Amino acid sequence: MPNSITVIVNGDERRFDDGLSLIDLLERLELDPRGVVVELNREIVRRPDLGQTTVADGDQIELVHFVGGG
Amino acid sequence: MSTAVKAATDRPLVIGGREFGSRLMVGTGKYADNETMVHAIEASGAEVITVAVRRVDLDRTKEEGILFHLDPKKHFLLANTAGCYSAEDAIRYARLAREAGFNEFIKLEVIGDQETLLPDVEGLLEATRTLVQEGFKVMAYTNEDLITALKLEDAGCEAVMPLASPIGSGLGLINPYTVRTIKRRLTKPVIVDAGVGTASDACITMEQGVDGILMNTAIAAATDPVAMGGAMRHAVEAGRLAYLAGRMPKREIAVPSSPTAGMLD
Repeated sequence: MPNSITVIVNGDERRFDDGLSLIDLLERLELDPRGVVVELNREIVRRPDLGQTTVADGDQIELVHFVGGG
Repeated sequence: MSTAVKAATDRPLVIGGREFGSRLMVGTGKYADNETMVHAIEASGAEVITVAVRRVDLDRTKEEGILFHLDPKKHFLLANTAGCYSAEDAIRYARLAREAGFNEFIKLEVIGDQETLLPDVEGLLEATRTLVQEGFKVMAYTNEDLITALKLEDAGCEAVMPLASPIGSGLGLINPYTVRTIKRRLTKPVIVDAGVGTASDACITMEQGVDGILMNTAIAAATDPVAMGGAMRHAVEAGRLAYLAGRMPKREIAVPSSPTAGMLD
């Protein structure tokens, strides 16, 4: 049984299995990586690196996209 | 349509080395629904479309992002840093936008006051310098102050965007003199951003000789946004043509249009 970790995603605490990559995390959240930009602890993680970046306990993750604006 | 005249006498709008097909730029906020937005943008003829960067709503993941409705091949998506109250935040949003987007342009906003949404010019200059260094093509939303506009140009902005009046106010062009002065003194394009309320505002703004207008609420909050999109398209073209045509001087006495000679005894 993998240990679980707690991360902050868009301001909310969420629990995931340990050893999860950012790509896995997006998949769990049913998000298409092509439509989202990921910021991990205030650093942008570029799309090609999402699969190799592992999420750790206490990480702060921001998932953003374009919305209507002026 | 007067398009032939326009093409013969006007130069295309070029910002940061890229040529744009329309002098009208429009925002995508505040529309009742995406279908109305798409039709209003279509009617406006705008090529540059602004978008904002926000958190994905994780509880409504089935909802499509705005890109689902806008064809990036047809429109030039210009991300903004709306809602940022410091240079640091604006820089952060600009970097996220570049990662999400399709180009290195950013409509830079650093807001200084919640009630008026007027720009914090100190933060704006600071953010501009950093972003220009990082290779961004900065289009800076600013007030109608000439000195700030000159400093922004000096800092490397590709376009300076003075307001007509506060964002979302619809008060129209409050100070034509300062906007005209900024246009006269700057080398980079001047795009008036914010405050236009209806077609006559857009027309009067373009008559000052500025290079273009960016608007959102005037179209989105109209009773019929699609019709207003069309009205704005004509107003921007009419104002531009009138500027190029050169208006007659204003006089405070009447001058007859018909000959005074040849009248009957």
